[in-house]
Amino acid sequence: MNRVIARKVVPANNQIFKLSRKKFFSDEASKASTAGASSQSNQESDGNLSFTGNVQPYDIAIVGGGMVGMALACSLATTPLTKHLSVAIIDSSPALANKPCIKREDPPDPRVSTVTPATISFFKDTGAWQYVQQHRHAYFDKMQVWDYTGLGYTKYDARDVDKEVLGCVVENKVLHSSLLSRIEDTDFQKKIYHSRLTSMSQNPSSSSIVVDSTASTEASYARGRVAKLELSDGNSLYAKLVVGSDGGKSQVRELAGFKTTGWKYSQNAVICTVEHSAENYCAWQRFLPAGPIALLPIGDKFSNIVWTMNPEESSDFKSMKEDDFVKAVNHALDYGYGSHPKSSLPGSAGMFSWLRGNVTIFANESFEIPPKVVKLASERMTFPLSLMHANEYASKRVVLIGDAAHTVHPLAGQGVNLGFGDAFALSRIIAEGIAVGMDIGEVSLLKKYEAERKLANMTMMAILDGFQKAYSVDFGPLNILRAAAFHGAHFISPLKRSIISYASGEQRLPLFS
Amino acid sequence: MALKLLSKLRNQNLQITRNRNHHRLLDAARFFSEKPVSNLWTPDDSKFIIKSKQQTTTSSLKQHELAKFAAISDTWWDSEGPFKPLHNMNPTRLAFIRSTLCRHFSKDPNCARPFEGLKIVDVGCGGGILSEPLARMGATVTGVDAVEKNINVARLHADLDPETSTIEYSCTTAEKLVEEQRKFDAVIALEVIEHVAAPAEFCKSLAALAYPGGATVISTINRSMRAYATAIVAAEYLLNWLPKGTHQWSSFLTPEELVLILQRASINVKEMAGFAYSPLTGRWSLSDDISVNFIAYGTKDGQ
Repeated sequence: MNRVIARKVVPANNQIFKLSRKKFFSDEASKASTAGASSQSNQESDGNLSFTGNVQPYDIAIVGGGMVGMALACSLATTPLTKHLSVAIIDSSPALANKPCIKREDPPDPRVSTVTPATISFFKDTGAWQYVQQHRHAYFDKMQVWDYTGLGYTKYDARDVDKEVLGCVVENKVLHSSLLSRIEDTDFQKKIYHSRLTSMSQNPSSSSIVVDSTASTEASYARGRVAKLELSDGNSLYAKLVVGSDGGKSQVRELAGFKTTGWKYSQNAVICTVEHSAENYCAWQRFLPAGPIALLPIGDKFSNIVWTMNPEESSDFKSMKEDDFVKAVNHALDYGYGSHPKSSLPGSAGMFSWLRGNVTIFANESFEIPPKVVKLASERMTFPLSLMHANEYASKRVVLIGDAAHTVHPLAGQGVNLGFGDAFALSRIIAEGIAVGMDIGEVSLLKKYEAERKLANMTMMAILDGFQKAYSVDFGPLNILRAAAFHGAHFISPLKRSIISYASGEQRLPLFS
Repeated sequence: MALKLLSKLRNQNLQITRNRNHHRLLDAARFFSEKPVSNLWTPDDSKFIIKSKQQTTTSSLKQHELAKFAAISDTWWDSEGPFKPLHNMNPTRLAFIRSTLCRHFSKDPNCARPFEGLKIVDVGCGGGILSEPLARMGATVTGVDAVEKNINVARLHADLDPETSTIEYSCTTAEKLVEEQRKFDAVIALEVIEHVAAPAEFCKSLAALAYPGGATVISTINRSMRAYATAIVAAEYLLNWLPKGTHQWSSFLTPEELVLILQRASINVKEMAGFAYSPLTGRWSLSDDISVNFIAYGTKDGQ
């Protein structure tokens, strides 16, 4: 293979036309290629030969085969315009190696997600929801949120926003295996590499080196047409587009050099599964001095607990005896830290009543006490909470989705929904690019995805972070303001409606709809 | 009446362009390099220019237009370079081509390669930024351009992707393809006609390249005040999107004129759309407003 590599710096004046990084073809190079191409048929067959003699590059390499990465693969596999793409999935987790057998009788795993109606309709569009329905899942149509000061509470009902449900709680392993099952239904060309990514590279200046016209994956790489990935098991592969869906500590993000903004909350979440004596159909969330505690129905008399607290507390709660923990949970969801909210804020009955007009609110207005927890049904796990946002989601041939691009406070269970939103948006934008014959690694296409998702993700992050900040301070006047805000949200029906709409995944700014 | 007016206008334009020829070349030289003018053109280019001067009788192209593009041909694939507006507009142009050709040839628009089995010629292909997407959409593409450097750039770029390495590029003109009796299912010439000296002749050549019942897609810039303000004053002078001198307002065609000359070349325009630019998102979209950039799809009279 005779490669002609020519470097020639352009005179400085060309900066006017932003040519400064570009190099001209040397005379030899253009002559050589002209000569080689003099006979068209010759050149074509040469091209084909050298391609077959090489490793074929993948269209897409998905690094991280978790829920969000598999959602992207599933969406690509079931969209007419993208189902022909060849995809490599790089993940060392055993869940991809041998699909875990999920038994209905087993108590639910503490790792659950609250999927919103928007996510459910994405799953239905790809055909993966039918597999979710074969396993344990729990829809809920009511939600009660209140705080420890006893001053405010609010109730949401799906019928307030003309919806059947507010969301559905599903175990992560069920979501993951449903996506996997759906992909296996199709004849999607995917290859799973059970390994970790160690390096990622692409030739940064595609036009700085002139390679002769012998077409090979190596030459494509040299011209910046594909990215090269190296794995910990010694394998290497090429792809036109690399998708980082490898979580909060994304290797792809690091290797691509994307900067992030964020902070730790100095809070941990304790999660576990608990059992009631009767089935729970409502989602409950109470704000406590150290953070919120959420009780989410997961079906069959089980509920999931996500309890946010200081790191020191969390290790105590994790190690305490089961009976004591159950008592602490019941305490936290009932009279602990403060009394039940009264039916209305002192003196506020008249203050807000005029706003209600003739709007009907379906939710039962009176405050309810969540069902008692009788037993712990899983181990307790703790994980630290942080907020992180990548300043960029996309550059040439690299794009981030899910936690790799943003991690949020687990309030309202929005994290994974944002990730699914990313996956389906990216799949749609790739399909749009393919429709007009674009190279799917082109930065202009990927920036379209970034522009669309950044707005949605940052809005949600700001809302959740604001909530978190408002509740991390215990200060009298603020408590009353907070309670008033709760009452406002409860009584001003259109506002409440848009809050639920937003939390259920519809992309509208909550206050300006 | 309109025809008379049209031809009168055209003659005037030709005179103007002839007079300006010399200055234009110097202008181009000044803008594109600091090198002395005599050293600017590589031996290849000067040969090319001399060669093509002998062919002026058979070509509808303007020589200084060719020189203009030869000077910036290396930057075709730099999406931030002189051809940035073309890169930005490309998906929108392709969306129009996809929807009209899928209807014309009864192809499934929901498939990744709807143009499978269609022979398409991209006249004035430049560096191949339209030819490559057409090939990825399944078409058997022939890309032709009168500037040899463009063809070299296009070949080098296309050869590195198996999906586009099948494109047949050649440094020739529509007229010469007609002489060679080449025929295609669809003939596409985007942003070319405004750089051509004899648009009516050019359209006849395009028509001759299409099979009876075949499709033709042409895009260009309207000769309107708004086009002058946006395509020349804004794009070339204020925003520096395009090298100065890229376009001459007087050689633009109005949609009515284009429809007319295509009709005389036995191509019936079936559909026309404008391109709208949103400064907020920096993206182009198809619109009904054909007052600046527009694209037309027509069918050749069949037997």
